[in-house]
Order: sequence, then structure tokens, then C-alpha cells
Amino acid sequence: MHPALSIIVFTTSSGLGYGLAFFLGFGVLDPAAPATKAAYVVALGLISAGLLASTLHLGNPQRAWRALSQWRSSWLSREGVLAIATFVPLCLSAWATLFESRHSWPAGLAGSLGCAATVYCTAMIYASLRTVEAWHSPLTPAAFLAFAAAGGAVLATFFAALGAGDTGPLAALALGLLVVAWATKLVWRRRLGALTSASTPETATGLGALGRVRLLERPHGTENYLTREMGFRIARKHARKLVAIAFGLGGGVPIVLLAASALFAAEGGLGWPVFTFLALLAYAGGLLVERWLFFAEARHSVMNYYGG
Amino acid sequence: MTALPSQPSATKLGLVIDLDICVGCHACVVNCKEWNTGGHGAALSDQDPYGEHVSGAWLNRIHTFEIVPDGGELVGEAGEARIVHFPKSCLHCEEAPCVTVCPTGASYKRAEDGIVLVEEDKCIGCGLCAWACPYGAREMDLAAGVMKKCTLCIDRIYNQSFEEEDRVPACVRTCPANARHFGDLGDPGSQVSKMVAARGGIDLMPEQGTAPVNKYLPPRPRTTLAAHAPAGPAAGEDTGGATGFLAWIDTMLEKI
Amino acid sequence: MSPQPRLALSNPVGDETRKTTCYMCACRCGIDVHLKDGRIRYIEGNRAHPVNRGVLCAKGSAGIMQHYAPARLEGPLLRSGPRGSGRFRRISWEEALGLATEWMGSVRRTDPKKLAFFTGRDQSQALTSFWAQQFGTPNYAAHGGFCSVNMAAAGIMTIGGAFWEFGAPDWDRTKLFVLFGVAEDHDSNPLKLGISKLKSRGARFVSVNPVRTGYSAVADNWIGIRPGTDGLLILALVHELLRTRRIDVDYLVRYTNAPWLVIDAPGTAEHGLFARDREGRALIWETVTEQAVHHDLKGARPALSGRYQLGDGRFARPSFELLAEKYLDARYAPEAVAAETGIAAETICGLAAEIARVAFEEEIFVDQPWTDMHGARHDGFVGRPVSFHAMRGISAHSNGFQTARALHLLQVLIGAIDCPGGFRYEPPYPKPVEAHPRPHGRAEHFGSEQPLAGPHLGFPRGPEDLLIDEDGRPARIDKAFSWDAPISAHGLMHMVIANAHAGDPYPIDTLFLYMANMAWNSSMNTAGVIKMLEDKDGETGEYRIPRIIVADAYASEMTAYADLVLPDTTYLERHDCISMLDRPISEPDAVQDAIRWPVVEPDRDVRGFQSVLLDLGARLKLPGFVDARGTPLYRDYADYIVRHERRPGIGPLAGFRGMQGDRAGRGAINPEQLERYIENGSFFTHPIPAEALYFKHANRAYQDFAVKMGFFDQPQPVIFQLYQENLQKFRLSAQGVREPVAPESHRARILDSFDPLPDWYRPLEEAAIDRERYPLHAITQRPAAMYHSWGSMNAWLRQIHTANPLYVPGSVCDAAGLADGDWAWVISPHGRIKVEVARMEAVNGATVWTWNAIGKRKGAWGLDENAPEATKGFLLNHLIHELLPPKGDGLRWSNSDPVTGQAAWYDLRVRIEKAEPGAHSEPQFRPVERLGEAPDELRYGQEWSS
Repeated sequence: MHPALSIIVFTTSSGLGYGLAFFLGFGVLDPAAPATKAAYVVALGLISAGLLASTLHLGNPQRAWRALSQWRSSWLSREGVLAIATFVPLCLSAWATLFESRHSWPAGLAGSLGCAATVYCTAMIYASLRTVEAWHSPLTPAAFLAFAAAGGAVLATFFAALGAGDTGPLAALALGLLVVAWATKLVWRRRLGALTSASTPETATGLGALGRVRLLERPHGTENYLTREMGFRIARKHARKLVAIAFGLGGGVPIVLLAASALFAAEGGLGWPVFTFLALLAYAGGLLVERWLFFAEARHSVMNYYGG
Repeated sequence: MTALPSQPSATKLGLVIDLDICVGCHACVVNCKEWNTGGHGAALSDQDPYGEHVSGAWLNRIHTFEIVPDGGELVGEAGEARIVHFPKSCLHCEEAPCVTVCPTGASYKRAEDGIVLVEEDKCIGCGLCAWACPYGAREMDLAAGVMKKCTLCIDRIYNQSFEEEDRVPACVRTCPANARHFGDLGDPGSQVSKMVAARGGIDLMPEQGTAPVNKYLPPRPRTTLAAHAPAGPAAGEDTGGATGFLAWIDTMLEKI
Repeated sequence: MSPQPRLALSNPVGDETRKTTCYMCACRCGIDVHLKDGRIRYIEGNRAHPVNRGVLCAKGSAGIMQHYAPARLEGPLLRSGPRGSGRFRRISWEEALGLATEWMGSVRRTDPKKLAFFTGRDQSQALTSFWAQQFGTPNYAAHGGFCSVNMAAAGIMTIGGAFWEFGAPDWDRTKLFVLFGVAEDHDSNPLKLGISKLKSRGARFVSVNPVRTGYSAVADNWIGIRPGTDGLLILALVHELLRTRRIDVDYLVRYTNAPWLVIDAPGTAEHGLFARDREGRALIWETVTEQAVHHDLKGARPALSGRYQLGDGRFARPSFELLAEKYLDARYAPEAVAAETGIAAETICGLAAEIARVAFEEEIFVDQPWTDMHGARHDGFVGRPVSFHAMRGISAHSNGFQTARALHLLQVLIGAIDCPGGFRYEPPYPKPVEAHPRPHGRAEHFGSEQPLAGPHLGFPRGPEDLLIDEDGRPARIDKAFSWDAPISAHGLMHMVIANAHAGDPYPIDTLFLYMANMAWNSSMNTAGVIKMLEDKDGETGEYRIPRIIVADAYASEMTAYADLVLPDTTYLERHDCISMLDRPISEPDAVQDAIRWPVVEPDRDVRGFQSVLLDLGARLKLPGFVDARGTPLYRDYADYIVRHERRPGIGPLAGFRGMQGDRAGRGAINPEQLERYIENGSFFTHPIPAEALYFKHANRAYQDFAVKMGFFDQPQPVIFQLYQENLQKFRLSAQGVREPVAPESHRARILDSFDPLPDWYRPLEEAAIDRERYPLHAITQRPAAMYHSWGSMNAWLRQIHTANPLYVPGSVCDAAGLADGDWAWVISPHGRIKVEVARMEAVNGATVWTWNAIGKRKGAWGLDENAPEATKGFLLNHLIHELLPPKGDGLRWSNSDPVTGQAAWYDLRVRIEKAEPGAHSEPQFRPVERLGEAPDELRYGQEWSS
């Protein structure tokens, strides 16, 4: 599948935003602290930026409102509806913190629920597609949720370090979630590696009884919408490098940095914010690579007709 | 239309494509483009039409496959590779995943005849339906930013201004090899249903659970020429070279 | 839940429908052109049309994009840059026609042979040849010399008709169909309709073709023959049929020259010729009276074997005895030919057995009494439902003439010519070679301001009809009808530029081309031809070919080499006639012709070429184009089509003649004729009477019908010439025993190739080169969605074939370490090209191939310089020389069939070597200037969106 920048940015950015908002909803940071107020702004910013990015790949973004209508059947529609619905408690919660320096539990918890549900819907857009076997698994929403949670925890730790709260427990939470997220991804990758396609050129043509089927000639000489959209294939060698980068940058580096902060940094000193910020950057970078691979490594069944 | 029709009609309009006859001439491909670029859902745009990256929206395309009988059933020329030309357009699936994923309701399956259509005014061009379709039946029109697909020539098949015999999709009307047939696959008595039954019509990628309406007729079994070779020279016919042959001719001439 | 949208389901297609004839290839289908708001909304097949019966191919369906292509020429052009630059100045028609008249007028006054007028994909040869004849130049031909002359000449000289589009299998009745090769742009929709009928009926379809694409893909049996060996396969089938006694002896006696007596007098000028009576009638040996009588004697019982003494003391043998002796020889046994052809002996035996079984055990009988030329009444037509069709593969080899002859021999042996279920003639065929003209163009035939004595093209009956001077030098610029290519019935267009450049046999002044892309895909040795067109005389600084006039509708590679461009219209803007005088659209059951007419008016300053030619004829005051006072006879081509008469009552169109428009074939001029055609869908069909439908070559009712229709003025039955006496005359000349004697230099070549009985020899290039060094054949296949070079300017068709890879057999890929997408050098004795390869298994193991004419020169056809056609597409032409490799006799022989001069571009042998990855194919040429402006995006039909 073509790794479209708009979608990679959207899922990464909104995932981090929803993750942070999820934890904010549980009042883990001091609502009176300026850093907590900043955390709310950042969370809403990340979510909004992500949603805006997602509209960039639309052919007719001015009609995007129509996407709210089909929530009964379409995961994309559900995502849209939930994303907007979640804004209501998130904004209420942010209002309480920003302007009243208090945590609103009803709004907070509702917002957290909305965040989780929205991320789940985003993941289900992919997981529900039988055409992309790499995605068609409960492990896909599991990984999306875990990544959002881990990212949110790292962010929360960062803001705690900026004076919004106690960094220790949050760092521990972040460490645990990072391990869970990348472990989930590892299981997801194991499944991908072991996958034997149910759909093959033989099933796609129904001609398997005659022998081994191989594309000789594409319908048209140049790339078309389908091959540009679904025909992206990354070389295996190239993929291995990127996987290492993703796991190292998104998993290894933040874990080491967070652990190092917990072990060596003094509470209230500069060590915590710097280390957690670096952990955050590494995590976001790793996640972008992971998302890129999520698309680039996925094979669409239509490629059975295009020799891919 | 949130979902597939809750009470689908028994009518399932679709195509039957005969892979035993298709010679891969692309007539259906181009005629489809020609009809539809000015018909329902006009136009089908082409980008960089005279340049390096020429590409456009097409609703029907022919793929060419080569089949090497490795471990497959040896029909006809055992050991020889064969070519199968493979036209492909929307299969108007009964369980159309492109419809259910659509966030706007632009994609829908008609209750009365099962045709899957896009209501372009509602389409936001998110491309999810193309992702959901295992067959590559949906193509984004990059100029319009909306999804295009085979309409089964809905503006032909019910067209009261047409002669009865022309009320078929353009691809069927134009196919020089008569490899494409249109009809109601929901009616077991229809011509197309009978063809499917007689020739063992197949579904593409049944494992995708889409229940396609369109069916493909596989190539007919073939027998080798070598199987017709006489085991040895026929008795009394192979003697004498030219002399024997000319003697035989003389006896034949006497019978005339 | 929102309701389903309401759809407009019954919009009419357009405002108006105009019916005309397609010209997206040579198939000539009927089309319905639907117009909406003055634009073309939709083109579909005309259901009532006898050629395509409503269907339409990819090319025809892309007519809109052809018609509106930016590569269309906008007006007359005069070259302003060097040749090949593509730089021109727009001029007026008056200036253009004035220049052309001035150039050609001076040629006509001084030396008319210095005009060479050659037409490419011309469907108006009845006019163009007439024009050249009236001009007085001997140098005229169309493109048949590199297309189909082998098939045409072999067919006409053997059975009085040919494959290609001049005959067809009896699709409704045939039970076994064998197709040799394919030429997708001829009869393409009828072939598809026919193959579909066969397959639906369960009839067997066998394809003989090195490449298994297109029709071969759906064949029940694919015989992946090694190129150039079809003749050997066919003669092995003949061997098998003779050996197993599975031939139709009665048919042979009735319809062929099998019983004709061949003089047995080695070393004399008559050896191998037919013994004839004083009236010139061939003799047979009558077995009851035991004497020689003329072959046409009713009731005679001829011998097919024996050696008989004639009245004058000479001995003679029935030709059939020679035939049987030749083909029963063990060298034609299936086991003996298996290695050369690459086909297993049991497959050949199986095919022979199947042919015999279907012919003789599945005989069909059509209950329709008929009368033969002897007046004998028959109860019905006996059908041997085995049919054959042959096209490109056979035609473009240097042994193609003899191969096509062999195939006709096979058909005749089983009695399957023009019978129910067999191959059937399409009127005006059959037509024996005697009814065709001899060639005209000897020095005494032309002179200043004089018309030629007769038509240029025809069939020499022997060396005495060659167009050579006393010293044996060719009279024509292409050396047609010379010792080089004695029976070059379609001329040798592929030799014109090389010969004109070399001044051999003489220099010319003006080269006038119509619709021929000679600077690109229609030439062998394209790079060499480009140089010749650009080459200047060292002394004068003038181009070696001083003037080039090109008429075409599109900016091709060739128009870039024109000094003067006469822009033609598209096929939807013009009048045309698909005439009985040329290549009509007849089917076996009906006499048919057709027209085109301007269904849309040109929106540019262009004119139909035929009208321009008439105008030029009038300006040059050519007889037949002006009256005695010099006033033009015809207003334009439409007027000519209606009012021109070739013989009294016979004009370009056979339909709606007579003052009432009710006469077919012969009849007075009908001023309303074109209107009647248009009302009828732009075609005319006249059924052949039931009694005349089969055995037309010997059917009294058909022959009378043909005379009534005006095909001939008296019956012209055909006796199949299995043994071809005209060929033997050339051999006698080559043996030096018969006048005119062939030059020493040409004797071996003629002796090797002019066997009077169908023969097979290795293609000349293959025989001349080191087969180990060049182990592979390289050929092209014609894609169904592209017509020669005409299609890359079409925005839809070019998406299907944007560039062409070289398809390489898997075994060759493995040996050379090649995978899909790799680049390779393809090297012939003449040159090398660098191309992208694709692996393929369904191809003869010694053959590489590619799609024909996809590669384009940068800037041509209105395409961007980076168009894949130019960067990745390629031509095999660069590997093919118009001359054979030197063989040490001091001569460079034309790379052509030695009998007909047919360009042997399927003889090519190559080797393949892996190359470094490349960004573009090689060779590349300097870009030509792109004409016209092309949009970045097309949304054709957007104005009609609802």
C-alpha cells in the first residue's frame, strides 16, 4: 500500500494527541500547573493537526461533513463521528483546566473513553479490510491502542517533568506501555511474517486448475490509480533496516532515556524534561517509521492482478 | 444507504465473461471508456494524455496472464504455457465491501437490480472503497476527485430511447469475440445463468467473501493433436512410395 | 436511510447519428457516429453492417481521440529548418498546390520517371494508381511490397484468390480451422466473430504461430513453430496426406492442372512447360482414347501419372506425377522436418490425420443443384469443412511466396477451396492470373507528358514481361519486375529511398508519399534511411533526394522529412470509397463496397488527399483529370467517386447505379449515388445467388453473375495451378536455355527459389549468416489495440501500449541471466539495439518478439519528448537491413523474397546479451520539433455530465 504522508502524519499525530488526552482525562497531572494547561493545548493541537492532515488526501474535502452519516456501517464514518463527539468532553475538560485550574472528572473520563474509542475506530478502518491481510487482524487495533497509550504516557511524563506532576509513576507507566506497544507490534510482525496469502493470482483468476498463474502484461503501460495506491512494495532488505530503526528509535531509545531519567535524574532538575523530550522525539520518529512500514509492507489483494 | 440493501431483490444483473473466447483485444476496455466518458458519470479524465506519465480512469481493463502447468491439470498441450486474457470490471458483489466502508453513503447497491453505483455528489474521494475492493474495480478520477466505477451501463440497459437489443452494457455490445454476456444472474432460467451452470462458471477470490455477481467461464478442456496421430502406418496404405501411390491413384481414377 | 438517487436512465445518445466506415485500421467496419452539440459523443459498430455486424474493436472505439488528437496537421507546411528538424512554415493551399504543380510539372515535361509516387496505408489505390499512370511515371506502388504481396501473388497465381481480406473461412460450417500467423489490422473483427463462432460450436481451432498471444491464446492447439519453417510443416502435411491416400482425387481432376502434361525434355527451352495445342490450350492424356487432348474437353478421362509421347515426338508427364514424386520423398516426412520446424513428428501426424478425418469423414452436403463450366449439373455442393487462413508470419519471410503456395496446395489436395466449410473467395475473386494485367513501365511505355501504356502493377507471365531494358537494367526506381524481384506484383516501396539515394538505377527528383511512415517503422534499416533522407550531394549542396512531398493527417516521423506537407483530413472528415476496383469489403456470400463521408466538417485548413490529388491532376492537365479544354473533370473526390467510369457503366462504386439507382455492378452514373449509400449506412451489399455461392472458380452461375456485375467482360474460370508454369519459365531463363536469358549473377538465386511446385528453402538471411552466432529469431506481433504507428497520438490507445518490452523465452532468459525489467542488447548482423526485456514461456524457444511500431521518435506524433514510446519504446527495424549480408559475389542482394520482392523483415536473426540498466532504449535520435499544443489533462465529455 502506498504510504501516503497525510495518513501517516494523521495517525501518528492524532494517536499521540488522543494518548495524551486519554491520560489527562484521568487527572494524572495537576490542573493548576501551567504545564498541564500546555498539555491540554498540545493534545488538542495534535488531534486537530492529525484530523486536518487526514482531509488532505480527500478528492473533495469540502464534502467531508458527509462522512458523518454512515456510522452504522463504516468505520471511517464512526471515526469521524467519534472524533468530533470526543472534542466536546475534551474541550470541556480543557476549559476546566485552562480557565478554572480544576479537573473535571465527568468530562475527563468521557473524553478518555472517546479518545480510546476514536483510536480504535481509526485502527478498525484498516483492520476491517479483508483485502489487506497484513491489517486484517485484532492485533491491528491492539497495536494502535497500545501505541497511542504509550505515546500518551511519554507525553504525560514529559509534561509532569515540566512541573505538572510526579514523574516517577508516569515514567514507570510509560516504560511499561512502551514495552507492551512494541511487544504487540512484534507479535503483529510475527503474524505478518507467517502470513500465507489466501488470495493469490490463482484464486484471483480462478485459473489455478490450469497451473501456476503469472501476470504477463499489465492492462495499461503506465502506472494507474490502483497501482500507485496499492502497488507500493518495499524491498525486503530495505524493510529490515527500517524495522530496526522503528524498534530502536521508537522503543529502545525512549525506554533507555526514561529508565535513565528515573535512575539518574533529579526530581525537578533539567534532566527529566530534557530526557523525556528526547524520548518523545525518538518515539514520534520511530512511530512515523512504523506507520510508514504499516502501509509499505502491506500487500493489497488487487496486486494479484498486477503482478505485485 | 448505510449498508447493503436490507431486502435485496432477486434480480442480480451482471456479466458473464468467457475466458475460452476472449482474445484480449481491448475492445471492451476502450468502448467502455468511450461510452462512459460522455455518459452517466461523465467524464473519465486522463492525466498527462500526451506525456510521460499518461494515465486515466478506466472502468474495465484487460490483464494478460501466462499459465505454466506446474502441478496443474494438464489440458491439451501438456507442458506448454498458455496465455489467458482476463477482462475485469466491477463484479457487483452481493456482499460489496466497497459499499459498507463508504463513510458518506455515496457508494450504494441498488435494491432493485443489485448494481453497485457511486453517487458522485456525495463522494469525498477518500479512496477507502478502492481499498476495500479486492478486484481493483474502483478508480479515482483525479480531475473530479471522486470515485468512478462500472455502472453496468445503467444509462444503456434501461434506456427507452434505445432499440431493445442495444440495451446492454457497451462492453457487451462491442465485444467482437462475443466473450461478454449480460443478464440476470439471480434468475436460474436466464441465458447467463444457464451458461454459468453448463460451463462451471467461477467466482473470483471467493475467499474474500464478496459473493460477486459477475462470473467467469474457464477455458474449455482441450485435446492434443498428437492424440489424433495414427499409431502406425495404416495397413496397405504406406507401401511403394511414389510408385505405389500412383498405382493407387489409377485405381481411384477408374472409380470416378 | 436516504432514498436511492433518481437517475436519468433514458438520455438519448446524441442529437444525430451518422453512419460511415471506420478507418482506425484496414478492417473497414461500419460505424454509427453519434453527434451531440456538434461534437462526437460516441462511435459504435453498425449492427446492419456486413463486416462487423455491430461490434467494434479497441481502435474503432477510440476514434474520438484520433479525431481530436493534437498531432493533427493544421494546414499546409513548407519546410523551414533542415530535414528532420520538424520546423515548418504554414503556407496557404494555393501556395502549396502551386509549388507541387511546379515541381511535378517540370518533372513531367522533362523526365516523368523522376517522380516516385508511393502510397502507404492507402485505400484509394484505384485512384492513386490511375493518377500515376496518367502522370506517366513508371514509379508507383502502394505498400504491398512490405506487407502482403507474397500472399497475394501466391494466391492469385495458384488459386486465383488470396487469404488476407480477399477470402475467408466458411465460419458457419467449418469444423477445423488452421490459422498461420496473424495480421491484426486486416479482417480483424470478422476473424474475431468467426473464431468465436467456431469455439462456441466446438469446432477445432489450430494456431500456427511462434507467439501465443491474441487469437493463438484461445486456440485449441497452438503450434509454436520456428519462424520461417511454416512451408516445411505444410509440405510435411502434404506428405502425410499423400502417404495415407487422403486426398480428393475427383476434385483434383476437375479443378486443377494436376492432369496437365508437362514436357519432359531436359536442356531444352520447353522442358517443364505445359504441352499445348495450337490454340495454346494445355494438353492432358486421355486414358480411354490414349491420346493427348486439350484439358477442357468435356468427358475426357485424364491420366495423373505416366510418361506419354506427344504427336510431335516429345515426351510429357502429368504434372501430378511430378508433384507426388516430390512430396512423397522422405525429406518431407514428419520425422525429417521435426528438428527444423521445432514441431514434434506426432503433432504433425496428428494434424494431418485430423485434417483428413474432418475433410473426408465429416463431409457436408449443401442441397443446392448447380452447373459447372462444362454444363454438367450437380446435385449439390460437397463441403470439406477444413479451412485455413494465413497472414503476416508467412508473408514477411523470403520464402513466403513458396510457403503460401504450399498452403494453397494443401487446401486443394483435400478439395477445400470455395466449398461449404472451407476457405471461400470474396468477390471480385476468384480471378485467374490471366485476367490480371501484365506490368507496365518499360522505357517505351513512358515519355514526356504521356500517360503510361497501362497499369503499373500486374503479373508477368514470364521473363519476357519484365520491366527491364536491353541490358537487363530495371526500369523502375524500386527495381520491381526486374531480375531482382520478377513477380513483385505490389512493387517494392521499401527499396525506393535506398535506390533513389544511391541513384540506382537512376536518380529521381521528387518523392511523393501518402500515408507512409518511411522515416520510421515502415522502413528496414531506419537509421540508414534517415541518413539517406538527410544526405546532401557534396558538390551541389542539394539533398540527394531533392524534393519530398508528404501527405498525411498527423505529424509523423516522415512528415518531419517533407519539404512540402499536404495535410489530410481525419477519417471522419472525408470522402472515401472502398471500391470493387481496389480492395472492397465483400464477404463470401455477397458483393460489397462502402464509402466514407464527412460526418464532421474539418475545423482546420486541411483537405482530403484524394481531392487534392484530383486538383493536382487538373493543374498538371493530366488526361483523365481535365477535358479537352483543360477544364477539371471533377470537382472533388466525391464527384469523382460518382462520375468516374473505368469502363462503360463501371465506376468506383458498384451500388445504386443507373438513373433510378437500382442497378448493381454495371449501370449508368447516378448523381444521387452517395446519398443512397449514406441512407444505406454507407455500404452496399448485393447477394450472390444461392446457386453461385460455392465453387465460384468453376460455377457457371457465378461466372455469369460476375460478368453481369462487371468484374469481367467474359467468364474467367480458374483452374488451380498447383504446378506453376510461369515460374518454370524463369528457371529456363536461369538455365540459359530460354530467351530472355537471365544474367549470370541472378541464375543461382532464381534456380533456388522458382520451383514450379511449392517448395521450401531456408529464409535467405538465416542461410547467409552464422546460425550459432545469431541463434534467435526476432519478430513483431501486431497489437489488437494499435494500428501500425497510427495510435500513439491517441490518448486512450497509447495508455494500453505506452512502450514495448522485448519478450524473451524463459530458457533464453535463464541462459543470459535476464529477469523481467532487465536491459539487454539485441544484436543482429546489421546493428544492435538496447531494450527492456520481459520473460515469457508461451513462445517458441528460439524466438524473441515485441509489439509492432510502438516505439516513436522524440517529438513525433504530438507527444512529449519524454513519452515512454520514445524513451523506452523501440523498433526492431534498426536491426534489419534492406540488403542481405554480403556473400562474396560482389553484390548486395535485397533482403526480400526473390520471387516477389516482399520485404523479408520476419527473417531477422539476433543474439541477446545482458546490458547495464538504462533509462532509455537505444538508438535514440535527435528530437523533431513537436507540432501543436497538447493539454495536461483531458476530460472528454465533461460538458455532458448530468
